[in-house]
Amino acid sequence: MTGTSVTRTSRAARVAAILGAVVVVILIAAPWWAGRADMRLMGEIFLYLSLACLWNLLAGYAGLVSVGQQAYVGFGGYMLFALTMFAGLPPVAAIAIAGVLGALISVPVAALIFRLRGAYFAIGTWVIAEVFRLAFAQASALGGGSGTSLPTSIVRSLADGRSARESLSYWLALGMGLAVIAAVFLLLRSRRGLALTAIRDNELAAGSLGIDIWRTKFVVYVIVSALTAMVGALIFLQKLRISPDAAFSVNDWTAFVIFIVVIGGIGTIEGPIIGTLIFFALRETLADLGTIYLMVLGFVAIIVMLKAPKGVWGLIRDRFDVQFFPLGYRVLRDPKKGP
Amino acid sequence: MEWANAILQGTLLGGLYALFAAGLSLIFGVMRLVNIAHGDLIVMAAYFGLSTTVMLGVHPLVALVLVVPAMAGFGYILQRGVLNHTLGDDILPPLLVTFGLSVIIQNALLEAYSADPQKMNAGALETASIGLGPLAIGVLPLLTFGIAVAVIAGLQWTFYRTALGRAFRAVSDDQDTAQLMGLNKAHVFGLAMALALAVTAIAGVLLGIRTSFDPSIGGGRLIFGFEAVIIGGLGNLWGTLAGGIILGVAQTLGAAVNPGWQLLAGHVAFLIVLAVRPNGLFPRISG
Amino acid sequence: MPEPILQIAGLDAHYGDFQALFGLDLHVKEGEVLAIIGSNGAGKTTLLRSISGLMKNGADQIRYRNAPIGSLRADQIAARGIALVPEGRKLFSSLSVEENLVLGGRVGRPGPWSLAAVYALFPILQDRRHQASTSLSGGQQQMVAIGRALMANPDLILFDEISLGLAPIIIKDIYDALPGIVGGGMSAVIVEQDISKALSVSSRVYCLQEGRVSLEADSRGVSRADISRAYFGIE
Repeated sequence: MTGTSVTRTSRAARVAAILGAVVVVILIAAPWWAGRADMRLMGEIFLYLSLACLWNLLAGYAGLVSVGQQAYVGFGGYMLFALTMFAGLPPVAAIAIAGVLGALISVPVAALIFRLRGAYFAIGTWVIAEVFRLAFAQASALGGGSGTSLPTSIVRSLADGRSARESLSYWLALGMGLAVIAAVFLLLRSRRGLALTAIRDNELAAGSLGIDIWRTKFVVYVIVSALTAMVGALIFLQKLRISPDAAFSVNDWTAFVIFIVVIGGIGTIEGPIIGTLIFFALRETLADLGTIYLMVLGFVAIIVMLKAPKGVWGLIRDRFDVQFFPLGYRVLRDPKKGP
Repeated sequence: MEWANAILQGTLLGGLYALFAAGLSLIFGVMRLVNIAHGDLIVMAAYFGLSTTVMLGVHPLVALVLVVPAMAGFGYILQRGVLNHTLGDDILPPLLVTFGLSVIIQNALLEAYSADPQKMNAGALETASIGLGPLAIGVLPLLTFGIAVAVIAGLQWTFYRTALGRAFRAVSDDQDTAQLMGLNKAHVFGLAMALALAVTAIAGVLLGIRTSFDPSIGGGRLIFGFEAVIIGGLGNLWGTLAGGIILGVAQTLGAAVNPGWQLLAGHVAFLIVLAVRPNGLFPRISG
Repeated sequence: MPEPILQIAGLDAHYGDFQALFGLDLHVKEGEVLAIIGSNGAGKTTLLRSISGLMKNGADQIRYRNAPIGSLRADQIAARGIALVPEGRKLFSSLSVEENLVLGGRVGRPGPWSLAAVYALFPILQDRRHQASTSLSGGQQQMVAIGRALMANPDLILFDEISLGLAPIIIKDIYDALPGIVGGGMSAVIVEQDISKALSVSSRVYCLQEGRVSLEADSRGVSRADISRAYFGIE
C-alpha cells in the first residue's frame, strides 16, 4: 500500500508530551514555590499515583486482581525501619534494598497464590497480607503490635535541616511517581508489554499465540511487588512511624487505590493519573465526612463499574478518540504520496 | 488433655466456619461469583440480630425468625438489582462491585452502630456445658456445630432433591440452555443469593452470640470462610465442613501453644494445603 | 390461506460487531415440517437461536401466532410453545437423564408428551434414567435432547443439526422416529447439513447462504442443480 505509513504516536500524544515535560519541570521546582503543607500533599499524591499505576498494571493488564498489595507496602515500610535501625544503612539505600527484598519475597508468595484463580486469587492475596501483618506483629524488635518510630538520628541523616529533608522527601516521591509511570509505559511499549496487552484483551487467544502466560504474569507480579515495596518504604519514611495495622491497612493501601483506578479508568496509563487527581479533589472537599466519604466512594466505584466500566478516562477516550501515552499503532495516510 | 480439649473446641469452631463458608460456596457453585462483601454481610446479620433482640426483647435465637427472611429478601434484591449486572466473562466487575459493597456495608454499620464492640446475650446458653469424661463441651458450640451440619444437609437436599436445586444445577451448567427450559436466570440467581444470605443470617447471629463483634471484622470472617472452602475443595459442601474443622483445629492448636498464634496457625494450615493440594482435599469442580 | 405459525420478516442478527443475518424473510406453516439447509457459517444456528430467544432481535422481526416475540427472553418464548433441540445436544451434565427430561417439562404446557410417552418413544432412556446424562452415547444423548424438548409440549419444535457427530445407523433410527414425533399437528423446523435427510422428511426447504435466503422451494420438486447453486452461491 503506497501512501500510508505506520506510526506509534499522534498529535495529541506529542502535545501531551510537551505539556507533560513542562509540568514535570514545574513540579521539580516546587520546593521554591510551594508551601510545606502543599509539598506534603503533593508528595502523598505522587505516592498514591505510584500505587495506583502499579495496581493497574497488575489488574488491568496482567489480569491479576489483588486486594493484598498492602502486604508489600507494609513490608517495604518495615524493611526501611529494619535496614536503617539494625543494618545502619542510609535511608535512600534502604529504600532501594527494600525493593529488592520485596521482589525476593514475592517469589514464594507467587508460587503459592498463583495456584488460585480469579476472585479466589484476590482473597488469597488478602490472606498473604494478613499473614504478613500477624508475622510483623510478633516482631518485638520492631515494636510488636504497637509499632515503633524512626529514630531521630536516622531522620537527621537524610539531610541537613528540616526544609532540606522535606525537599528531599518531596523529590523522592516525585521521582518515584515519574519512575513508575516511565517503567509502566516502557514495559507496555515493549514486546513483553504487547504480550501483556494481549493477555488483557483475550487470555485464551494470547496463550494460543505462544505467549507464556504464567511466566509473563509472574514477572509482572515480581516487578510490581518490588516497586510497591519501595513506595511503601517511602510512605513510612514520610510518616516516621510504623505499626502493623497502619502498615498493612486494607483501607489505606488497597481500597483507596482500587477506587482510584476504577474511577479513573482501568487498563490504561492515563486512567490512574486522572483517578488520583479526582480522588484527592474529593478527599480535600469531603474528608471531614469520614465514613460517609467512604460510602460515597464505594457507591461511585460501583456505579462506574456498572455504567462506565472504562472509567472517566475511558469515557474521554471513546468520545474524543485520544491517547496521551502513545501505546497503539496508527496507520497514517500521507497526503503527498497519492491514494 | 489440653490437646484433646483444643481439638474438640477446634472441631466445634469448625462448624461456625463451615457456616461462614456455606453461603460463599453455594454462590460460587451456582453463578461462579465470589462475593467479597460476604464477611460484611455476616456481620450485618449479627447487627440485625442485635437490633431485633434489643427492640423486641427476644432471645437471639428467636431473632432468627426475623433476621433470616430479612437477609434472604435483601439478598434477592441485591442480586437482581446489582450483582446480576456484573455477571459475565470478565472477573473484574463482580470483584470490584462486591468490594465497593464491602466498603459501603462496613461504613454504614459504623455510622449506624459506632465502632464499639457489641455482643448478643443468649443467657444461660452461653455458659452451659455438657461433661464428657474429663472434657467439658460447651452447649453453644455444640449447638452451632449441629446447626452447621443441619444446614449443610439441608442445602445438599435442596440441591439434589428439589426442583429449585435442579434449576440451580442447570443454570450453573449452561445458562443459555437453562433459559430454553423456561428458567428465568435472573430470578434463579436471585433465589440462590437469597438462600445464601439466609445461611449467612444464621452464621451471623451465631457469631454474634459467641463473640463480640464490630463493623470491621467482616474481612476476617470472609477469609475464614474462604480458607474453609479452599481447604475442603470447591463444589463440595461436606468438604467445606471438613475444611472448616481443619481450620478450626489448626487455630485452637496454635492458640494452645501461644495465644498470639491462633490466627497465624490457621493461615499457615491453609497455605500448606494450598501448597500440597491446591484443589483442596475433596474437590468436585475446579476453580 | 391460513396464517403461518411463525413469520420472520427482515430479521437481522449480530454477534457484537459481526452481522450474521441480513434481513431474512421466511415463514413456517402450521403443522408443516420445514427444512433449512446451508453450509457452515450460513446462519442456520443463528436463525434458530433468534427464534428461540437466545439472541436479541427486533420485536417485529419474528412473529409467532401473529404476536411479536423477537425481543422476548428465551424463557418467555419457551412458555409460549417453542422448543429448541440445540446444536450439540447441550444436556445438563449435573443432571441425570430423567432430571433433564423433567426439567424440559418445567414450562408445564398441556399435551400428549410426558415422561411415560418419552420413555415409550425411546425405551433405552428408561433403562438409563438415573445415569448422568453426559455419560450416554451420542445417539442416546440426542434422544434425551429431543425428549427434553418434547416434554415442553411445544407447538413448534426446532431441531438444530441432530445428525451431527452420529453414526449413520443412529441417524437413520432417529429420522425414522421423526414422523411419530411431529405427527399430531406439531410444526417443526429442521436444520441439517445432510441435505437428502432434510429433504426426505420435509415438505418445504429454505437454503441459507451467508446470512441470506438463497432458495425457497418444495422439498419434492427441487433440483440438485438449484440446491448446489443456492448452497454455494455460485452463479
